[in-house]
Amino acid sequence: MLAHPDFITAFRQGLFNGTLPPGLTVPAPDEAERRFAVYRNNVAHSLGRALAARFPVIERLVGPEFFAAMARVYLGGDLPASPLLFQWGDGFAGFLQGFPPVAGLPYLPDVARLEFARGRAWHAADHPPAPPEALAAAAAQADTARLALHPSVALLASDFAVVSIWQANQPDALPAPIDATQTETALILRDRRDAVRVLALPPGDAAFARALQSGAPLLIAAESAAHAAPRHDPARLLLCLMQAGALITPDTGEPR
Amino acid sequence: MTMMTKTLSLTATLATALTLAAAAAHAEGEMEKCYGVAMAGQNDCAAGPGTTCAGTAKMDYQGNAWKLVPAGTCTTMQTPHGMGSLEPIKM
Repeated sequence: MLAHPDFITAFRQGLFNGTLPPGLTVPAPDEAERRFAVYRNNVAHSLGRALAARFPVIERLVGPEFFAAMARVYLGGDLPASPLLFQWGDGFAGFLQGFPPVAGLPYLPDVARLEFARGRAWHAADHPPAPPEALAAAAAQADTARLALHPSVALLASDFAVVSIWQANQPDALPAPIDATQTETALILRDRRDAVRVLALPPGDAAFARALQSGAPLLIAAESAAHAAPRHDPARLLLCLMQAGALITPDTGEPR
Repeated sequence: MTMMTKTLSLTATLATALTLAAAAAHAEGEMEKCYGVAMAGQNDCAAGPGTTCAGTAKMDYQGNAWKLVPAGTCTTMQTPHGMGSLEPIKM
């Protein structure tokens, strides 16, 4: 008989490689294998459903049957490291990239990155938005002022129309033609109403947001945006970020 | 344009944009949880994406399912079972 921690380890390994853990007792010994198989199937199925809940657009794009089968392959190489399932799935985009059966859908990994970023934005730390006075003060000193982005903000630059594809596969979306090879940069954030939003940023806005995220002063961000898109006006982006509560006053001292 | 005038014009554009954003800062109001007004499958969820309770309300106007609505509007929402509530409704 194994010590309890060893038994747990053997049981856990057995769940995914099929080896019956030594020391398993059942009323009818010849049933052990079959009963353990039922248990294994329940674990794999529930984790597959958890993955589908985390990546609903991927499931929609490949179909539920394909997704369920693919989830079992993914499970074999990337089990949840924590009981907090929302932290699981970080490796799914990389898995999709190397999974030959979906090689014909090259945009899938970025769609998965977008979906994972949405969950991360939802669970990101709270941070009070910059007050209107801070923006007014920044306007008065636009040549030196700094503003930072809320911890929930994520940017995803893609070689594909990742935002359009994601939007077209939302439950209430109407079908429309999409050019999947159109490059898009996604902005993902959690707004003041705790809703996670996904926006496509034009090149100038994307450069501006990326500079802010790297801790650059506003003027440097504006220069970077003007470089990406001549005569870029940051008004629309700043308004959108402000209304979403995504502009914050930067930490004094060390850059974030 | 010289480097200097370019920077000045960028600064001016930025100042205008920041002023506009500051003025609009109060445009977006706070939200409140409103119970008993969500249609079946349309409730919001505290746990958010990646979990399974959003959209799980089994019937229209389910008393323990809530939806985020603009703050102050919840108790004025007329449903077939009366007004919305800021507390879960006993079914």
